[in-house]
Amino acid sequence: MDHLQQLVEQAIADFGAASDANSLEQAKARYLGKSGSLTDLLKGLGKMDPDARREAGAAINRAKVAVEQALEARRDALREAALAEQLAAEALDVTLPGRGQGSGGLHPVTRTLGRIEQLFASIGFKVADGPEIEEDWYNFTALNTPENHPARSMHDTFYLQDAPGVLLRTHTSPVQVRYMREHVALHEGDEVMPEIRIIAPGRVYRVDYDATHSPMFHQIEGLWVGERVSFADLKGVIAEFLRRFFETDALQVRFRPSFFPFTEPSAEIDFAFMSGPNKGKWLEIAGCGVVHPNVLRNGGINPDRYTGFAFGMGLDRLTMLRYGVDDLRLFFENDLRFLSQFR
Amino acid sequence: MQFSEHWLRTFVNPALDSAALGHLLTMAGLEVEESEAVAPAFEGVVVAEILEVNPHPNADRLRVCKVDVGASEPIQIVCGAPNAAAGMKVPCALVGAVLPGDFQIKAAKLRGVESLGMLCSAREIGISDAHEGLLALPEDFTVGVNIREALALDDVRFTIKLTPNRADCLSLLGVAREVSALTGAALTEPLVTPVPARHDITRGVHLASPDACPRYVGRVLRNVDPTRPTPAWMKQRLERCGVRSISAIVDVTNYVMLELGQPLHAFDNDKLQGDVVVRWAQAGDKLLLLNGQEVEPDARTLLIADASGPLALAGVMGGQLSGVTDATRDVFLESAFFQPDAIVGRARAYGFSSDASHRFERGVDFELAPRAMERATELILSICGGEAGPAVQSLDAQALPKREPVALRVSRASQVIGIPFTAAQISEILGRLGMPVTVEEDRVTVTPPSYRFDLRIEEDLIEEIARIHGYENIPESLPQGTLGMLPLPESRRSDFALRQLLAGREYQEVVNYAFVDEAWERDFCGNLDPIRLANPIASHLSVMRSSLLGGLIGTLMTNQRRRASRVRVFEIGRCFAKDVKGQPVAGYRQPMKVAGLAWGAAAAEQWGLATRKVDFFDVKADVEALLDGRSLEFVRLSHPALHPGRAAEVRCDGAAVGWVGELHPNWVQRYDLATAPVVFELDLEAAAYRPLPVFVAPSKFPMVVRDLALVVRAETPVGELLAVLREAPVSIVQAIEIFDIYQGKGIDPDSKSVAFRVRFQHTDQTLEDAEVDAAIDVLVGRAGERLGAQLRS
Repeated sequence: MDHLQQLVEQAIADFGAASDANSLEQAKARYLGKSGSLTDLLKGLGKMDPDARREAGAAINRAKVAVEQALEARRDALREAALAEQLAAEALDVTLPGRGQGSGGLHPVTRTLGRIEQLFASIGFKVADGPEIEEDWYNFTALNTPENHPARSMHDTFYLQDAPGVLLRTHTSPVQVRYMREHVALHEGDEVMPEIRIIAPGRVYRVDYDATHSPMFHQIEGLWVGERVSFADLKGVIAEFLRRFFETDALQVRFRPSFFPFTEPSAEIDFAFMSGPNKGKWLEIAGCGVVHPNVLRNGGINPDRYTGFAFGMGLDRLTMLRYGVDDLRLFFENDLRFLSQFR
Repeated sequence: MQFSEHWLRTFVNPALDSAALGHLLTMAGLEVEESEAVAPAFEGVVVAEILEVNPHPNADRLRVCKVDVGASEPIQIVCGAPNAAAGMKVPCALVGAVLPGDFQIKAAKLRGVESLGMLCSAREIGISDAHEGLLALPEDFTVGVNIREALALDDVRFTIKLTPNRADCLSLLGVAREVSALTGAALTEPLVTPVPARHDITRGVHLASPDACPRYVGRVLRNVDPTRPTPAWMKQRLERCGVRSISAIVDVTNYVMLELGQPLHAFDNDKLQGDVVVRWAQAGDKLLLLNGQEVEPDARTLLIADASGPLALAGVMGGQLSGVTDATRDVFLESAFFQPDAIVGRARAYGFSSDASHRFERGVDFELAPRAMERATELILSICGGEAGPAVQSLDAQALPKREPVALRVSRASQVIGIPFTAAQISEILGRLGMPVTVEEDRVTVTPPSYRFDLRIEEDLIEEIARIHGYENIPESLPQGTLGMLPLPESRRSDFALRQLLAGREYQEVVNYAFVDEAWERDFCGNLDPIRLANPIASHLSVMRSSLLGGLIGTLMTNQRRRASRVRVFEIGRCFAKDVKGQPVAGYRQPMKVAGLAWGAAAAEQWGLATRKVDFFDVKADVEALLDGRSLEFVRLSHPALHPGRAAEVRCDGAAVGWVGELHPNWVQRYDLATAPVVFELDLEAAAYRPLPVFVAPSKFPMVVRDLALVVRAETPVGELLAVLREAPVSIVQAIEIFDIYQGKGIDPDSKSVAFRVRFQHTDQTLEDAEVDAAIDVLVGRAGERLGAQLRS
C-alpha cells in the first residue's frame, strides 16, 4: 500500500502548489477526474478476486477520502486568502471624519425649562400658558394689586401705545387667575373640584436694562390649589425641586418673609450650595407664598374651602446657576459661539 | 431704610451681636441688604486738646505741639497739619496705637525733635476721606476719652429693604418694636414731654378734605435762630441713616421722622397769609417746589395752601417760597396725617420721590402726629431757642383710618401654615406684636395698632404668626394629593419634540426680543401699523413683532459680524398682531410660531462633500420633515420678505400654515448680508400637530414597478403634474415619485421631461400586465387632458 500512501502525499503536495482555483481544479482532475489515478485504481478493482477486492477497495476509498479532504481544505484556504486580499484592498482610513450634516442644539434656557417641566410633571404638574400682551386686570388687579398700590412700582411696566389697560405682562402670575377660571368652568357642578397643579413658564417684560436685567426675561410660575395645601408643603416642594434640579443634596434652602400682594404668607426663597464656587453664598431664586384669598376669589374659587400655594422663579437665573453662566445678557445676544456650548 | 445700630440699641438692646441682629431682621422679613461698620478697626486713639503750637526748629512745614491727652503731663507731638491750632480738640493716636492698615504708632524723632504720638485726620482713622487737616472734634468732648467711644465708632450702618406693607418699620422706633417682638427684649420708647405754650399765637387750619387729611397739628414757634449749628450727635445719627445735614430746623424734622416715623414740615410763619387749608388742587394752582421744580398740580393732588395759594404738595414736598431760611424768625410747624390713597403715586407722577411721600403712601401711624409735634418742638427749642405756642390739632376723628377687630381661626392658621398651633401660642405671638387679644375657643380676635396698615384679614394675621414663629421653624413636607395621570395628547407633539427635530437637522435655537425695530416689521412683514409700545426701552425695540423673521435676520447679522461663515438658527416664540377678533386679550392675536434660517454652506465644510450654498430645497426638506405625515402643498407666494421666484406658501391639509423662501435680494443688500439666507416660518400649532397613524394591512401580492416619462411645457409646475397623477382614479397605484427632470437634446426646447417611478399593487390579487398597462394609460390620459402632457417617446 506504499503506492496509495505516495499517491495521497503527491495529491496533497499538488493541491498545495495550486495557487488559484483553476490550477486546483486541474490538480483535482489528475486524481479524482474521469481518468484520474484514484478513479483508475477503483476501476481496476473489478478484476480482483472478492477477498482481495474488499481489502483493496477499502484502502483505495480511505485514500480517496484523504485526497478529497485535502482538496476541500485547500479550497477553503484559497477562498480565505482571496477574501483577505479583497478586504485589505477595501480598507478605509477610519480616522477621517464622518460625512454629512452635523447637529444643532437647544437654547440653554429652554434646555433648563425642559428639565423643570419634567421634574414637575413627575409630581403631576401640567404646563399652562397665557398671553404676553396682557390686560392690566389679570397682571395686577386680579392679583390683589389695585391701581396705585405701592407694589406696582416694584414692576416697571411696558404699556402699549393708545391701548389703555393693556401691557406686556411683568410676570407669569396672571396665568394663575386665567387658569383658575378655566379650571372652575370645566368642573362646574362637580362635587369636589380636582386639584390645580400647574406650572406656567414664559417670557415676561420689564422696563429695565443693565448688566443684571434684561427687558425681556423668563419666569416659571407654579400653582397648587387643593383642599389641604399648606405653607409647609410649599417649603417641601421647593426644597425638593432645588435638590433635584441641581442634582445635589448638599444644598441649603431658606424661606424669608417677604411681601407680594397676591400671596400671604409670602416668602423669598434663597438657597446656598454647600460646595463649589458659590459655596455658602445665599442666592435669591424665587418668590412664593400661600395664594391670597382675593386671588382665589378672582379665580372663582372659594378660599374657605380651598387653599393653595404659588411660586415664581427666574428661569434665566436658574440656568445661569446651573451652568455657571455669569452674564444674563448672553442669553439674548444669540452669539452662536456661546449657544453652541449647550448641545 | 438705613439706620445706625447704635441708635437702635438706645430703644431696644437684645443680647445679640451685629451679625445675629442682622440675621434676625432678615429672617423676619426686614431684609438686611448691607451692614457696614462705620469705622474700621483701630485702637489707642483718644480725644486730645492742643495746648500750644510752636514752630519746628528744622522744618518749615512741621510744627511742634504740646497736647493734653488726659495724662498727668502734656505730651509733645510733631505735626504737619496746616489747621493745627491751640485750643483745638482732635483725635490723637498715642504711642502703641494701631491705626487702620496695621499702622503702628511709635515714639519717634522727626527732624531731630521728639514726637510721642500722632494727631489724626478723619481719613487716618478711617471714618471719611477727609485729609485736608486734623479732624476737629466738638469743644464739649472730654480729653482722654477713647475716640471710638466719643464718636460712637463701634457702630454698624444697616440698610434694610422694606416691603411696601411694612411702612411701620420706616423708623428707628418701628424697627425697635419689631426687634422687641422677635426677641422679647424690652422696648424703651423715647420720652416725649409736652412743651408748654409760652405765647398764644396760633394759625388757623382748615381741613377742606378730611377724607384725605383727617388730622393736622400746627404750632407757631417764635424767635427761633435757624442759623444755630445742629449738634454733633444729631448730625452723626442723621448721617448714619443716610440723611445729609442741612440746617438745624430741617435736621430736626428729619431726625423726628427717622426716630418716630412722622414726616414733618416747617414753614416760615411770616410768609404765610391767613389760615392754612388742606385741599385738593384746582385749575390755576402753581407751585415752585423745594427741589427747584415748578409744578401745576392736577385735581388728584392734595395741597397745603393759604390765602395766597399753594404752599406745599401735602405729604410730598414743601414749596421753596414758604420754607424756612436763615432769615426765618417764626416757624409754623406741621405734623399731619395724610391718607395713603391721597398721596400714593403723586410724587412719581411728578417724577421724583421723597422720604415723606414714601412713608405717607405706605401708611404713617395716624395717632403719632401730636407726639411727633412735641418731640420736634422740644428739639428745635433746645437748639435754636425761641418760644412755643400752643400745639393746635384739627381733627376729623370719623375720617381717621379704622382699626376693626380681626378674627383668626386657630384651626385655619394651623392648616395654612402646616403645623398645629394652640390658641395660647397664637395669643402669645400676637400679644408680642402689641395687639390686645381675646380668645373664644377656636377664635382669636385682635385689634391692630394704629401703625400697622397691613393687618386687615385673617390671612394677614396668619402671616404674622408664621413670621414670628419663624419660617425656619416650619417643617418641609411633601404634599399629599390624588395621583392622576396627565393628559398627553399623542397628536400634539411637545414643543421640545420640535426643538429636538430641528436641532437634529443642525439648527441652533435662539431667543430674540419680542419687541423689534419698526423697520423690520415694515421690510419683512409689510406691516405699516405695528403694535407700538408706549414706553420702549430704545427706539430700535419699539414695536411688537408679528413674525420671528426679523429676529433671525438680526441673529444672522450679529453672527456675521463675528465672522461666522455658516448660520442655521431657529426660534419658537410668540408673535403679535392687531386683530379685532383676537383672544384672550381683545384686539390682539398672539400666536406661537416656529421659524428657521439657514445661511452659508449647505453642510459644514468637509472632505467628503463638495461645498455648495444652502438653497430653497434644502430648507424645504426641513419644513417637510417638520410636517411629515401631513398632506402638503407648496404654492408660489408673493411675500414682502422673499425673493418672488423662490418663495412658497406652505399648505397643510389644505390650510395655509406658513411659508418658506429665499430672502429678497433688496434686503440682502440693505442688511449687508454676504449671501441670501433661506428662511421659513410656520404656525407652531400646525407644526406640532401630527395625526394618529391609520393602519392599512400591507398587500401580500407582488408589487409592479414602472417608470413613466412625461413631456410637459417647461413652465408647468411639477407639483401640479404630480398632483394630477396622484388624484387620477387608479386604485392600484401605491406610490408615485419623481426621479428625474430633463431638458435638452431630444426634447422640444420649450418643454421638459419629468420621469416618474410608479408602484402598483393590488390588495387581494396578483396584478396582470394588462391591468398595469390600462392604469398607465389612465395616468397618461389624465396628464394629457389636464396639462397637455405627452408620453416621452
